[in-house]
Formats: sequence, structure tokens, C-alpha cells
Amino acid sequence: MSVADQGRAPARMRVVTPGFGGRLAHAGLGLAGLALLLALWWAATDLLAAEGSFARRFSPGDALPALAALVTGPDLWTHVAVSLKRVLVGLGLALLAGVPLGLLIGASRLAEAAATPAFQFLRMISPLSWMPIAVLVFGVGDAPIYFLLAFAAVWPIVLNTAAGVRQLNPHWLLLSKSLAATGWETLTRVILPGILGHVLTGLRLAIGISWIVLVPCEMLGVQAGLGYFILDTRDRLAYEQLMAVILVIGVIGYLLDTGARAVIHRFAPGS
Amino acid sequence: MSAGSTLQASRVALRYPGAAQPVLADFDLDLAPGEIVSVLGPSGVGKSSLLRVLSGLQAPDAGTIAVDGAALDGVHPRLAIAFQNPALLPWLDLEGNVAFGLDFKRQPQLSRAERQARVDRAIAEVGLTHARHLRPAALSGGMAQRAALARCLARQPQVLLLDEPFGALDEVTRADMQALLVQIVADYRSAAVLVTHDIDEALLVSDRILLLGGAPARTIGEWRIDLPRPREDFVAELGRIRIEIVGTLRRATRPH
Repeated sequence: MSVADQGRAPARMRVVTPGFGGRLAHAGLGLAGLALLLALWWAATDLLAAEGSFARRFSPGDALPALAALVTGPDLWTHVAVSLKRVLVGLGLALLAGVPLGLLIGASRLAEAAATPAFQFLRMISPLSWMPIAVLVFGVGDAPIYFLLAFAAVWPIVLNTAAGVRQLNPHWLLLSKSLAATGWETLTRVILPGILGHVLTGLRLAIGISWIVLVPCEMLGVQAGLGYFILDTRDRLAYEQLMAVILVIGVIGYLLDTGARAVIHRFAPGS
Repeated sequence: MSAGSTLQASRVALRYPGAAQPVLADFDLDLAPGEIVSVLGPSGVGKSSLLRVLSGLQAPDAGTIAVDGAALDGVHPRLAIAFQNPALLPWLDLEGNVAFGLDFKRQPQLSRAERQARVDRAIAEVGLTHARHLRPAALSGGMAQRAALARCLARQPQVLLLDEPFGALDEVTRADMQALLVQIVADYRSAAVLVTHDIDEALLVSDRILLLGGAPARTIGEWRIDLPRPREDFVAELGRIRIEIVGTLRRATRPH
């Protein structure tokens, strides 16, 4: 379809996919970057730090075997499962609240004008600031963590959903009107599929934020999860395990983002 | 009301809220079954507004519109409208786009088999059977507009309302689409109102041409073309009408 034919619909560019060789070179550069990171870590703890200094305990030489031991044992996976469950629940709550709110703000100029300053205000407060209040209100346990994660994750979902609604092709809405669609039909058959790419982009940002906020959230008042595990290794002076858990957090975060990107690519290509 | 009228407008006027003067005034139309009427006029004269009113998307401020003698109140299942923008939904394939809306609650209830039969026939009619599983992004401009026409046809419309549907297409595709429109109207025993600013398009496809002009817009000229199709063999006759149309347009736009 040529650009002129699409009228006001966004022109979709044909993305030139690099050949196998190009992708291989790209992946090779990425691996080289990771190798450099590992080398810097090793240099900082094993070369630059003085013999017998505290920093030496964080060496990759100790951390990598500790990681291998953790990965083969049961403890780590329990903590990972608990953390992932919290993130999933938090994201679920954020979607439940964020998508309808985003639809409202995207559809109504009045709602947008009323809500935007408040949202910008709330968005800039670190979710962790609410921690004491969350614990007071929801008690110790998973509930305040769900609240904090949802609170952190809801903003990108709201803002992206609203942006998606504003960018809906007006001709689609006219079409649905000319077909005598009910409000529900317009919502489920035109609006929601039309904004799916935006919602998923918001979700991807929300996943990143949740994963980052999760670890400090789990450092207060809970007995499981990767954040708790970090403090636990510190208390046991198991610094090689502490570094190993940091690696695990990074790897899982990377995988979550890759997964989210794959979902976007599959269900809303081009967004 | 005349017998054999399928879509009838009488003394229709439209004024947008806050506008100093109406867009349309005293518009009359009596569309016979099988008839193709072109509404011709310069850009911005109010042709699209007129089509929105005829389709029930917009209520007129005065006058009445009737389909088969029944007053039009909102959109009508047997009136199908197509715009210059084909407005295909990118997440559905061509077949899904053609079927879109057939299962809506306020549309006539059809069995699954009936819906499929209508979709198949409509896609075949516009010559896109080979492309039925393609997504809109993979369609050319002409194919996309054919798909939009097929979506109208699947509703077995009594009247096709077309708002500059071929405006964004190249010359050759445009000529193909004009021939297709004539064929569709005959095959589906439908009627059509074609809004266009292209005089040649109007001359080639219409049984009747209404010229809109002035502000508020009203019918300033009407021509009946009783020539067989394809019209390309009647260049002399069409040329005479063309000169009349251009002359009427010039007189209407010239200050007094």
C-alpha cells in the first residue's frame, strides 16, 4: 500500500531485515560487550583491588562457581518463583487499572486535562516512598508489594493506552459507526485491537520498571524473593552468592524484556 | 413519494453548530433502483457532508431522507458507505475485513454459512479471491479499495454511498475501479451515489450527474446521460456535457 493510499493512517515502513551474516555480526558485538563487562568486573575485583581487600570477595572467580551451585540447588528457584509471581500479580493489577484509565483519558479531552497534572505528580514519586504507608494499610506480606509494583507499573500502561486511543485511525471509528456497532462492539472489535501495540509497549516498559522496583520492595518484611535473598546472602556473609544473585536478577530481567519484545513482535508487528 | 425510488432526499439542509451559514440547503434526490448518480462539485463544497447525511451518519437540520419510503433514522443496514480511505483494519486479513460488521448485533442476523457465502461472493466480485488471506499492509492501493468495496457488498446494499472512493488511485487503477463499480451495481441490483470532483469520472459511470455549487451548496445543474457503457465510444456527446458542466460551474463561482 502506498503512503498516499493510507490517508491519515500512519505510513508503515518496510523494515529491511538484515541477512544472517548481519545478524550474526550484531549478536557478536553484543557478546563482545558482555565480555568486556565481565573483564571490567574481573579487573576491578582481582586486578585493581589490593591483595586481601574486601572487594576481592566480589570476584567473578568466586561468583560464577557460586552461581553454578545456586542454579543446581532448589533455594534460588523458590525465590525466583516468588519474585516472578509478585511481578505478574503487580502487572495484572496495573493492567486492570491502567487500560480502562488510559481508554478514558485517551477518549476524553476533559478527562485528560483533569488527570494529566495529577498523573505527572504521582508518576514522579518513587513507589518506594509509599512503602511505610503500604505496609501500614496492607500489613506485612505480599499485599503491600503487589500494591507498590502495581503503582509503579500503572503509569506507562495508562500513558501508552491513552496515546494509542488518540492515534486510532478516525476512519475506523467512522466505519464502526456506519455499521451501527454498539459501544461494546466498537470497544472490543476496533478500539482494543487498534491500541494493542501501544498497550503492549506500555506493558513492556511496565515490566522493566516492576523488575527494578521489585528487589528493594522485597527487602522489607518478607521472607522470600530475590530482594530478600540478596539481604540473606549479605547477612550470611556469602558475598559470592550475593554477586551470583545479582547476575540472576540481571539475566531474568533481560529475559523478561526479550519475551515482551517477542510478544509485541508477534501480536502487534510494526509498533 | 415517487414509485420505484430507493433513496429519497427532500429539502435536506445541514448546518454545523456555530457555523455562520448552512453547508447544504434544499437538496433533493430521487434515486431509482439500479441508478448511479454522481454528485459533482468543487472541493470543499459540502459533498462529503451530503453523503454523511444520506448515509444516516449525520442527521440533517431540515428535510427528510427515506429508504424505500421509510424515514431514515440513523445508519441503515442496506446503505453501505465507502470513503477515499479504505479504512481496512490492519489486524484482520482481507476476508476478515470484508466480513467485518456482518455479525454485529444491530445488523440483520445471518447464519454463519450465509455470512461466509456473502463474503465469498463479494471477494470474488471484486476479483480478490487469490488475496483473501492477505493482511491490508500487503495490499496495493487499488486492492485495498476493492476490499473496501467488497466489505460494502457483503452487506448486499440497496444503495452504495461512495465518497471519492477512487481519489487516491493512479489513472489506470482508477479506470479499472470505475468499470468495476458499474459492474457491481448491475450484479448486485444496487444503486449508487458517487461523490467526486472528477468530471470525467462522473461522465463515465453515471446515469445522472448532480452538480453542487454555491454556499450553502445546492444543486445548480442536473444532467441525465442515456448512453450505453462503456462510454469511451461516445466522446463527442460526453464532451458536450462536459462543456456545459464546466460552464455552469464557472457561472456559479463568478462573483455577481
